[in-house]
Amino acid sequence: MVNVMDLPEEEFIYPGTRACAGCGMALIYRIALKALGAKTLITVPASCLTVLHGMQGFCSTKISVYHTPFATTGASASGILASLEDKGLEDEITVLAFAGDGGTTDIGIQALSGAAERETNFIYACYDNEAYMNTGVQRSGSTPLGVKTTTTPEGKLVHKKNMPKILEAHGIPYVATGIASYPLDLYEKFKKARDIHGSKYFHILSPCPPGWGYEPKDTILIGRLAVQTGFWILYEVENGILKLSRASSRYLDPSKRKPIEDYLMAQKRFSQMTQQEIEVYKTYINDMWADINRRIQNQD
Amino acid sequence: MTDSKKDYQKILGSVQKPVIGEAGKTGTWSSKKPIIDLSKCTPVKSGKPSCFNCWLYCPEAVVSRTIPPQIDLEHCKGCGICMEECPVKAITMEEVKSE
Repeated sequence: MVNVMDLPEEEFIYPGTRACAGCGMALIYRIALKALGAKTLITVPASCLTVLHGMQGFCSTKISVYHTPFATTGASASGILASLEDKGLEDEITVLAFAGDGGTTDIGIQALSGAAERETNFIYACYDNEAYMNTGVQRSGSTPLGVKTTTTPEGKLVHKKNMPKILEAHGIPYVATGIASYPLDLYEKFKKARDIHGSKYFHILSPCPPGWGYEPKDTILIGRLAVQTGFWILYEVENGILKLSRASSRYLDPSKRKPIEDYLMAQKRFSQMTQQEIEVYKTYINDMWADINRRIQNQD
Repeated sequence: MTDSKKDYQKILGSVQKPVIGEAGKTGTWSSKKPIIDLSKCTPVKSGKPSCFNCWLYCPEAVVSRTIPPQIDLEHCKGCGICMEECPVKAITMEEVKSE
């Protein structure tokens, strides 16, 4: 288990970025870069992360970043890797693609699928703030049921896409979920993924104060509630073997989970939900965990 | 022909300079600032490097992992995560008047 003192003190993003106060994505990015180190090349499509990097002339990160069009994150990572292979540097430098949920579940999915199919040796991290936040909160494929956005004023009618499962189906060696509230867990997973050869996929829930409707100080708290209520499950799948992470393993028992209302009612985006919809959520969470449980049982 | 090629290289090859405070003095975004009560702070009390939750959870990287922890108030956006995550409640958010 990693300790806070095991993390490198060196920062790869400088203070004074363009990210909002209390941004979950900024924390995820900071921890991921700590784990991967200075020898990393990053490719980023249009997203909140583009905003964080800043405008022409100056930037807020020490690491080289390639800004790519929205739909081409996976393809650009393949391209960067091809050029590294040509120079014989592919073992020295880690290629990291860092995209939002819109750029992963909707717009970038075919390029990502292609890169995974080509067994590109890179890490793809999707920070999931569950809507198109940087353009003003529009619904994405990753928005959960019942969420109020500017394009779903009455609440979204369907559940979110299970992106880690889609990537698992590609047969890639490593798939993991994470959340901004457990940075040490995130650090461990990134560190592990760096040394695995092949395509690695991360799906990281990133609480967003303006988009989700809560006070910036509660970013970590809200994320922790997502795990404690069982809404977000932390696990990793290594060569097809699923393993629950430490933070989530105790919530396999339904009686240990907090009521889902705690998580939903803490955020303005769920405020118009009816009791009936909350019941739908309860079955959704139970089904999700039953699926995980079945897999763990069948592995032994 | 060669001139236009040079011009393109000038634009495409322009170096982005990494700087502290790319978005300006982001400390002005909020009037409330975290103040650490050093008599309660765990690493200060024990004199050993421990805890550092404020450093770990800060999305803006403005807290230093030193004893005592230093906060760069010029760029702190005042989100208050460090106050929430401090296990001994040593950090409070206080109104700081700008000079």
